Amino acid sequence: MAKEAKPKPQDPDAALVARLKRGDESAFMELVERYHASMVRVARTFVASDAVAQEVAQEAWLGVLTGIDRFEGRSSLKTWIFRILVNRARTRGAREARSVPFTSLEREEGETVDPERFLSDGAWGSPPRPWEGQPEERLLASETRDVIRRAIDALPLAQRRVIDLRDVEGLSSDEVVELLDLTEVNQRVLLHRARAKVRQALEDYLGGAR
Amino acid sequence: MIRRRGPLTCIELVELVTDYFEGALSRRDRRRFKRHIAGCDGCTAYVEQMRVTMRLLGHLREDSLPPVARDALLHAFRDWKAATG
Repeated sequence: MAKEAKPKPQDPDAALVARLKRGDESAFMELVERYHASMVRVARTFVASDAVAQEVAQEAWLGVLTGIDRFEGRSSLKTWIFRILVNRARTRGAREARSVPFTSLEREEGETVDPERFLSDGAWGSPPRPWEGQPEERLLASETRDVIRRAIDALPLAQRRVIDLRDVEGLSSDEVVELLDLTEVNQRVLLHRARAKVRQALEDYLGGAR
Repeated sequence: MIRRRGPLTCIELVELVTDYFEGALSRRDRRRFKRHIAGCDGCTAYVEQMRVTMRLLGHLREDSLPPVARDALLHAFRDWKAATG
């Protein structure tokens, strides 16, 4: 090699990359622990069943293993793994004829907050009640997580992909735009709609018991 | 969707929250946004709830992996390693 590939120094996974290149099992399993569940969920938005989503995620891991030697750190390891995943899921979804065009289908228009909650001049008639009084344990409790999960699962697929990658997995806006072939504007619209619906689900759940 | 002039209304503001977080508002709209929430409890609560929502979404990552999936991948790894030497 004439030139040395420069891994981005800020990639928190740089050490794992090196270990994985040496065939280190614990490095592989650490990544699996970290990303597999999210990968299955993202795959599930491209394919027709949970079983196929599992398969696709497993295939993606094999792709990671066979490709890691060529990984040069131009993107973060996480983004690289999700790119492999999305590519496989997309191919598989197309074969199943379930491929959903990202931007056209499921285009929703309109308000993300029930217009009934506003007065005719556009001011709140029924404003949200602050959650400041909610104890942190309640916010982090497993029932609350279930509420959030169910809200995500009920979202249109394109919104689910974006919120999973951005807010659950923590990828950057640039990364998600590239991964999903979206425009920045479109990504923000999908993200906003998704967040607004999850917030509403939380409000319905938390608000009721005060 | 939003009017160009005058102060933002609440029904307009709630649609701009993600653009605000993402730094995608024009300087002018950002100012209008901030000016509005400074004087509006309802929108302050709404924006705060969107922040909490994002934070809680980030916690979902900690959901653990089913042992079945874990084992399958461990085996896949060992097979791969055996095959590649």
